[in-house]
Amino acid sequence: MATEILMPALSPTMEEGTLAKWMVKEGDTVSSGDIMAEIETDKATMEFEAVDEGIVGKILIAEGTEGVKVNDVIAILVEEGEDVPEAGATPAATPTQAATTPAAPAEPASTAAPAAPVADATPDWDADVEVKQTTVREALRDAMAEEMRRDEDVFLMGEEVAEYQGAYKISQGLLDEFGAKRVIDTPITEHGFAGIGVGAAFGGLKPIVEFMTFNFAMQAIDQIINSAAKTLYMSGGQMGASMVFRGPNGAAARVGAQHSQDYAAWYMQIPGLKVCMPYSAADAKGLMKTAIRDPNPVIFLENEILYGKSFDVPVMDDFTIPFGKAKIERAGDDVTIVSFGIGMTYALEAAEKLAEEGINAEVINLRTLRPMDTATILASVRKTNRCVTVEEGWPQGSVGGYISSVIMQEAFDYLDAPVINCTGKDVPMPYAANLEKHALVTAAEVVDACKQVTYR
Amino acid sequence: MPPKKKAAAKPNISAEELLGHYREMLLIRRFEEKAGQLYGMGLIGGFCHLYIGQEAVVVGLEAAAEEGDKRVTSYRDHGHMLACGMDPKGIMAELTGREGGFSKGKGGSMHMFSKEKHFYGGHGIVAAQVPLGAGLAFSDKYKGNDRVTFAYFGDGAANQGQVYETYNMAELWDLPVVFVIENNQYAMGTSVQRSTKSPSLWERGAAYGIPGEEVDGMDVLAVKEAGERAIKHCRSGKGPYILEVKTYRYRGHSMSDPAKYRTREEVQKMRDERDPIEQVREMLLTGKHASEDDLKAIDKEIKGIVNDAAEFSKESPEPALEELWTDIYATEIPQEA
Repeated sequence: MATEILMPALSPTMEEGTLAKWMVKEGDTVSSGDIMAEIETDKATMEFEAVDEGIVGKILIAEGTEGVKVNDVIAILVEEGEDVPEAGATPAATPTQAATTPAAPAEPASTAAPAAPVADATPDWDADVEVKQTTVREALRDAMAEEMRRDEDVFLMGEEVAEYQGAYKISQGLLDEFGAKRVIDTPITEHGFAGIGVGAAFGGLKPIVEFMTFNFAMQAIDQIINSAAKTLYMSGGQMGASMVFRGPNGAAARVGAQHSQDYAAWYMQIPGLKVCMPYSAADAKGLMKTAIRDPNPVIFLENEILYGKSFDVPVMDDFTIPFGKAKIERAGDDVTIVSFGIGMTYALEAAEKLAEEGINAEVINLRTLRPMDTATILASVRKTNRCVTVEEGWPQGSVGGYISSVIMQEAFDYLDAPVINCTGKDVPMPYAANLEKHALVTAAEVVDACKQVTYR
Repeated sequence: MPPKKKAAAKPNISAEELLGHYREMLLIRRFEEKAGQLYGMGLIGGFCHLYIGQEAVVVGLEAAAEEGDKRVTSYRDHGHMLACGMDPKGIMAELTGREGGFSKGKGGSMHMFSKEKHFYGGHGIVAAQVPLGAGLAFSDKYKGNDRVTFAYFGDGAANQGQVYETYNMAELWDLPVVFVIENNQYAMGTSVQRSTKSPSLWERGAAYGIPGEEVDGMDVLAVKEAGERAIKHCRSGKGPYILEVKTYRYRGHSMSDPAKYRTREEVQKMRDERDPIEQVREMLLTGKHASEDDLKAIDKEIKGIVNDAAEFSKESPEPALEELWTDIYATEIPQEA
């Protein structure tokens, strides 16, 4: 039976090419793997191999011919003793594949992203529940310990997490309680141990990977994004990484440019990741427990300066906070201030000062950046008609920039002033104390921004 | 590359086993040839890295593996999937980006997975699969079973830093992982000699205390034997093992690679003298384990399987547009197979 040999596509972008040279002639016997011709693509000259075996019955395109379209018949293979059919008349020839090649994009309507959720203002715990003053540090440790007691597959790995009891003492006591099998000191190899953590998650475990700080996670970001975040999608839902990457993020104090970056906006951009940035000890505890149980990779951005701060934490057997639920830390009608993580300290301080001047700010603590509770932001902005965002990260491609775009698209008609993004300055972090103070966002800047949008 | 060995000098190998190796290697070869053809017809897009020439590596190692052992590899992954028993139809349909593919068309040539067959991808960033493989081995050790993971990577990946970070931790924690360096001698267009002055890649494990060996990757029986040694080492709790399997890829790095960095004679010589499938074919015939007609029947059967896969990959519909938005987040943890 005759087989048509078609002009092949030999690069991802080739549409036509030059048949540079035939390496066979009519009457030659070829078997699969034999080089039949040299073809010039848009990129290079390629050798074209036979797939089927047979005798070259007829060469239809002479060598040297330019502009031969992909899938044009260039030669016909026949079996021994068989006549050469006319080109295009081979009944069993491979059909022109262009016809079955997936065609035009379909209706955009069916590709719309899932709808946003509605605002949920229920409190994190009931009013009659006892609370205890707890540091963020203790809250994180308690959350990990509770989840490790609950699930044998949860383990903690990272630099100095075990015998040293944590570089920032977040894992204090965990080695004693859970042993070296589940609290694992790693060598200083972020890329490697992040990848091992992801592999362990593929294998069914629930790793908590601690980075001594998120600055060092830049060494590991390929494993976080390409391996942890994308595998569920790339595998059609067959497997993913149920795990937590955690550690301090952003500026500490006087540690210079390489140890002071805020990665909130970076990770927030990635589909497949969930991103938490807690402010209070209750946030830290409730969100950490949710993060460990979540079947997806979670980025948990802590802050060194907040570790020692104390907050009320409910005394409950199992306190969790759902992702995608912001908290209104302070109600008000005049302006909405949106922040997260340590940005909340500036936001709340500014709100106090503004209150003294008769401006009532509503302060929203986002807590999770992906999924982001935009419903709560929008509901507030529709009430106050003004918004200021606060973060320590840089201005270009910031979290606040994203929030501004959401407000523009969803609540443009409600705005009485442009949204202002208060951010860290657009500079690497300086070491000098006075310069560092100016590089960070300040409460005074937030106060000024709120006055601008309220035209005071 | 070691000198050519005399074929048929393996008295303890049964006809059944040899025929099995022949079938499996031939399936990979014919499948890849068909994939190349479908690429030429525009049915497969983007990057497509063929395994032709390297078949003995995965077939030999899979012959040494047991049920429950895991494997993870790079983007040159079709051979690994076929060798561990994944359905050729699902693989080819993934290549054409169709609903019937292993990743519902969302992964492509470089990104396929199978929980059922313990195949963990299909990874497109050179060497990223090496720590992932050690992590899979970590999970087995943590659970206390005796499973072993094969982490495959190429000679190009062998120069990546994360490989050595992983060697260090794998040996430190005695992880049951076999690091399989598929040394096909070219990292895209850069030969091993042009990328390192320490070309014996397996010996680098010594710096971390990991034993290993070089293996003739064109000889499926040699690969299997070495694989058995490696697995025995790992399963007995002694930690990782390195196999540097010397092999050769006949085709370019990907479909658009004209492979001008080596001569046509070099490729042809390898095909003529060292071809892994021809070696087994010769053993079968000279050992009178099979006749020409027997082998022809196998060839025909394999061709049928590959043609069915190609047909399926053309007929399977494109994924529904709703699939764009699925599998981004899991609502529950997929259960370990």
